[in-house]
Amino acid sequence: MATATVIPVEREHYLNKEYGIRSWLLTTDHKRIALLYLLSITFFFFIGGFFALLIRLELLTPAGDLVQADTYNKLFSMHGQVMVFFFLIPSIPAVLGNFLVPLMIGAKDLAFPRINLLSWYLYVIAGLLMLHAMITGGVDTGWTFYTPLSTAFSKTQVIEAGLSIFVAGFSSIFTGLNFVVTIHRMRAPGMTWSRMPLFIWAHYATSVIQLLGTPVLAITLVLVVLERAFHLCIFDSTCGGDPLLFQHLFWFYSHPAVYIMILPSMGVVTEIIACFSRKRIFGYSFIAFASIAIAVFGFLVWAHHMFVAGISIYSALVFSLLSYSVAVPSAIKVFNWTATMYKGSITYTTPMLYAFGFIGLFTMGGMTGLFLACLGIDVHVTDTYFVVAHFHYIMVGGAVMGYLGGMHFWWPKISGRMYPEAWGRLAALIVFIGFNLTFFPQFILGYLGMPRRYWQYPAEFQVLNVLSTAGSTILAVGYVLPMVYFLWSMRYGKVASDNPWGAAGLEWKTASPPTTFNFDETPVVTWEAYNYDEIPAPEEVAVER
Amino acid sequence: MEQQKNSAALGMWLFLATEIMFFGGMFCAYLIYRVWYYNEFASGSRSLNLKVGTANTVVLICSSLTVALAVRAAQMGKRRLLVMLLSMTMLLGLVFLGVKGYEWYEKYEEHHIPGYGFNVSDIASDYPQLHIDPRHSMVFFSLYFAMTGMHAIHMIIGVGLFAWLTFLAWRGHYGPEYYTPIENAGLYWHFVDIVWIYLFPLLYLIDRKPL
Amino acid sequence: MSEHVLSSKLYYAIWILLLILTVVTALVATVDLGPFNTIVALAIASCKAVVVVLFFMHVKYTSERLTKMVIFSAIFFFLILIALSMSDYATRHLL
Repeated sequence: MATATVIPVEREHYLNKEYGIRSWLLTTDHKRIALLYLLSITFFFFIGGFFALLIRLELLTPAGDLVQADTYNKLFSMHGQVMVFFFLIPSIPAVLGNFLVPLMIGAKDLAFPRINLLSWYLYVIAGLLMLHAMITGGVDTGWTFYTPLSTAFSKTQVIEAGLSIFVAGFSSIFTGLNFVVTIHRMRAPGMTWSRMPLFIWAHYATSVIQLLGTPVLAITLVLVVLERAFHLCIFDSTCGGDPLLFQHLFWFYSHPAVYIMILPSMGVVTEIIACFSRKRIFGYSFIAFASIAIAVFGFLVWAHHMFVAGISIYSALVFSLLSYSVAVPSAIKVFNWTATMYKGSITYTTPMLYAFGFIGLFTMGGMTGLFLACLGIDVHVTDTYFVVAHFHYIMVGGAVMGYLGGMHFWWPKISGRMYPEAWGRLAALIVFIGFNLTFFPQFILGYLGMPRRYWQYPAEFQVLNVLSTAGSTILAVGYVLPMVYFLWSMRYGKVASDNPWGAAGLEWKTASPPTTFNFDETPVVTWEAYNYDEIPAPEEVAVER
Repeated sequence: MEQQKNSAALGMWLFLATEIMFFGGMFCAYLIYRVWYYNEFASGSRSLNLKVGTANTVVLICSSLTVALAVRAAQMGKRRLLVMLLSMTMLLGLVFLGVKGYEWYEKYEEHHIPGYGFNVSDIASDYPQLHIDPRHSMVFFSLYFAMTGMHAIHMIIGVGLFAWLTFLAWRGHYGPEYYTPIENAGLYWHFVDIVWIYLFPLLYLIDRKPL
Repeated sequence: MSEHVLSSKLYYAIWILLLILTVVTALVATVDLGPFNTIVALAIASCKAVVVVLFFMHVKYTSERLTKMVIFSAIFFFLILIALSMSDYATRHLL
């Protein structure tokens, strides 16, 4: 394989400015903090993935023969907690957001660099607590911590896991706080709100959700911990408490949380589609306002997770109606992306493949969400694999695809190297195939009636389960490949130019990788966003062999 | 720098917004259970010491005054006054915490702490004509301790903050050109005061009609 | 936030107002107003809160619209939490 053999005299940038562990652990450079996050969330992604593989392994056969039932409960609980709180919620904001928000708006750093570092340390502390909870017995309540199992009956490490997520929540809150202040106060001259990349709008909306929603989760977990530790009576029905109150408070956060997970991904997809269609985004203000609308409406629909839990039918009607409305801004985005691609000059690079995957899979996931919002359907498929498939389509087919697409798109900027394009495309294909093979059968399984969180199942469901498990191993391969070739590229990858994709955006006007303070002089923005009519296409998109 | 001062204040307001949602969850729980178990909430509320609670409210209001005056002293460059006012704020905060501790201790003596020999027969006897379900009283007291406890934790953090600021102020760190931390700590303190302004009537004043 | 140096007289006046409202709310609680007891108590508390926000926290004197937006958003979403939860609790007995 021909590689870039020229080792240029290294100019100074954020990676080589200082060496040594202290320069990383005490850094306030948003780019270094982004990489610290990259390492930690990748670590937890593989932990969560490991639990997933064990689950799929158990489900190869109808009998419960790999692990005990209690262990199985712990597996799906910890898979959920780790994936949601330690991978999905931080992923794009803490890695790509941290790296790119200042660059995209022309700032030297975020508004509060030390709080940014604190965010990471809180994440690490939370992660250590969670790891300790896992090794000392795990949690078996489901990632949803429903009472009274979590407060009274579970014999597992509920308190430690709850406190861990509490701390992780503050990591999330501080990231959101930082972004909101940065976006309001630190845009470069000429960077008006309507000239900002839509990636920034997406992160702004995400940050609003993080700020307003996460505290409710925090207090809910505190109350669970207090009730469990001190035998208080808040959610315990034997003394007059209401378990549904827990669910209301829990889902008040956890539904908007799913928008924390998807909005940044949508922001990534918007950037990628504009670049690889070489076109202005169609309907910029629609996408911008749709992002805000998703954030606001996302707070109005939480009890659709509780339709069969015992809430009143009248409130179920209200929440069902509101849940239909929240799909509208998401659909608007899909239409706008499609319109952007129409008559565009499309190149099928790895990021673009992930973006295509996102649009298709997110649409399926979103549509099945509408099915679930319908009370009549929900009664039948709630708590079945239909729901599991729905949210994995959104979170894996949506959010993770966006994350991977973004990592590929901005990898040259982050590392100064190109990843090998052929391998990138191959991995994207493997992920897409593996994903669909894993999760499409689960729609059918759920529709046929297989409940979720069950360790055994009737023999008639085995074929679909086997397909799903086969898919998961393919998916795993697809996830490992980028890790391998990203690492490879750091040494052997083609050296990247400032703007290998010919993309719009201030981040592409800096060197790859950028210097510590991003810009030598504060840029003055006089052009609109996505000015692809003015930017020349790159001569070749790097196809590395 | 003006922008940094501006940013810091915005950051603090955003943080206070998160605190509104944080306490908001408990207020939501309170609202629901108060409607469900009005008798137990009313009787539980009556068992709290009204005079002490009112006095504590006055203490916090005074501390809000002292911190507001402290910000003003910083703006005017009056270092000695600033140090004195910050110390007074801290002291009043400690008084509040001490009084709260005493109230909690009283509750302990009266066996009104859930899970620790909980017994509300004394409360029930205040209301012979109503049916007081002791389990529901436990809900009231659970919320009482959770809400005042969370509030107290925030006050402890605030007192710690002011101890640190008092020290730095004494060293001459703050003046008209830079008093942002004082202002922001003041915002935090006022917020904690506002939480108590709502907690007081909701916990202490549910039913104080003469029996 | 604001560069206004407010007069200490204003702060003392607000302080007195807060103390008066505190005494009033405690006294009114001892009078039987039926369902209005709660409303009056919350109204007085809200007056106190508004006064602290406007004067002690300088919101009256700031030109920052964003600060007010932040406060309103937090209150709005808190009310959403209350209102939509109550939509369940208030209608459970109806079926």
